[in-house]
Amino acid sequence: MADNSSSLLDRSRTVAGPNYNRWLVPPAALAIHLAIGQAYAFSVFNKPLGALRSLDVAKPAADDWTPLQIGITFSIAIVLLGLSAAIFGKWLERVGPRKAMLASSLCFGGGFLIASLGVHLHNIWLLYFGYGFVGGIGLGIGYISPVSTLIKWFPDRKGVATGMAIMGFGGGAMIGSPLANNLMTHFKDSAPLGVAPTFIVMGIIYLIFMQFGVWTIRVPADDWKPAGYVPSTEHNDLITTANVSADNAIKTPQFWMLWVVLLCNVTAGIGVLETASPLIQETFSDTAMGAGKGVTAAAAAGFVGLLSLFNLLGRFFWSSASDKLGRKVAYAIYFGLGILLYALIPTLGHNLQLTLFVVVACVIISMYGGGFATAPAYLSDLFGKFQVGAIHGRLLTAWSTAGVLGPLIVHYLSDSRKAEGFTGAAAYQTVFYTMAGLLVVGFIANIIVTAVNERYHEKGPVTVEPGAH
Amino acid sequence: MTSQPNSSAPAPATADTGTGGSVVLAWLVVGLPLAWGVSQTFIKALALFK
Repeated sequence: MADNSSSLLDRSRTVAGPNYNRWLVPPAALAIHLAIGQAYAFSVFNKPLGALRSLDVAKPAADDWTPLQIGITFSIAIVLLGLSAAIFGKWLERVGPRKAMLASSLCFGGGFLIASLGVHLHNIWLLYFGYGFVGGIGLGIGYISPVSTLIKWFPDRKGVATGMAIMGFGGGAMIGSPLANNLMTHFKDSAPLGVAPTFIVMGIIYLIFMQFGVWTIRVPADDWKPAGYVPSTEHNDLITTANVSADNAIKTPQFWMLWVVLLCNVTAGIGVLETASPLIQETFSDTAMGAGKGVTAAAAAGFVGLLSLFNLLGRFFWSSASDKLGRKVAYAIYFGLGILLYALIPTLGHNLQLTLFVVVACVIISMYGGGFATAPAYLSDLFGKFQVGAIHGRLLTAWSTAGVLGPLIVHYLSDSRKAEGFTGAAAYQTVFYTMAGLLVVGFIANIIVTAVNERYHEKGPVTVEPGAH
Repeated sequence: MTSQPNSSAPAPATADTGTGGSVVLAWLVVGLPLAWGVSQTFIKALALFK
């Protein structure tokens, strides 16, 4: 029985048959990404977790967890996302997506269950271990698990396919946030602020939901190609027909240029996401706009929601557009247009142009999402399909780095300006100019990406190790 | 679009389904929660325009 159940997870048992429809793969991938994307909504727990003793979010008790302590949970999860994606990438390529997705679901769902015990016992280390460490490993494995499979199924539309999956990570917060709020309201009388049972229920829901992806996913046969698909004969230096292993990829300057590209893209995006709510409220306050005309806390929450929506849409739109534009041109647009728009934000705030301010912020965030979603296709173009999931995993360490550095830079710069007496948009001016500067670095890193030197190419045909379990 | 594996591909060990119905069902499984999440976000975002 044990043998049978384990063999069902083997890569060899997931090779698609002749009637398998490749359009089943994106929903399988989405099931994983929609679940793990909940991580972006972790902040919904910040206030309740900080008032488990006092039971009043407005008046935390002396022994309640501080916002800093709680914030570390998310940071651990993001760091573990990058580390586990880098460490387990080659394992994933060997065992296939089904086993990896199952591991991800067990870690992510199990992480919630461990974290619920931490909440119940009011032990922050268990919260860190459960949601941060174990859950973070689930995030990393889950994030990269469908990527190379999608690229193999959609060689003709790599950007569309990976964009659809990674769009799910953006959409996960939209589901996770209201779900958590509804559950905490439902359980508020049975446990302190309903947090522990909410963690249990969410862990179970996500574990079950992710099984849809686990058991739907299939890999194509090694020499499969879509009906009627003829690879382009048009020569393009940046789209290789060769393959580079994950170990060799990290020896190439191209990998590190893309690492810088992702680091700059994510750090700049965090500049907007971290400041969105206070920025819009302080810039368009009653004092600036006139009594009763300022942006309220509820409207600011709406602004943050709108940014989430454009983050999601951008992942699909820009990644799909990159199939036509080419990856390098797409990133040149993200950064080139981004530099202008980031630099424009303080001016729009200063001139109190609210509508234009919102539109510009939405376009910026759509390109931030686009930067995430276009990365796997860019890697596939440069390094081939062979170990693109593992290479993508290693690239995601840039995300972890940005996830820690970004908020530190943003808060340091804005706090410094506020300490100097600046208010409203002026308080965030250096944040946006610094982020525009970072985008200049990203723009240059992207521009100097060239084809990978042949000495890094695998010699002879490559295939996944047969029978590797 | 239906996949067409090479004839030398290994025979699948599990039953594969590939009808249009299963594709629609699969998209509903992920599409409905996503649509709910987007609608909740959209409702929240409306506060910005009031």
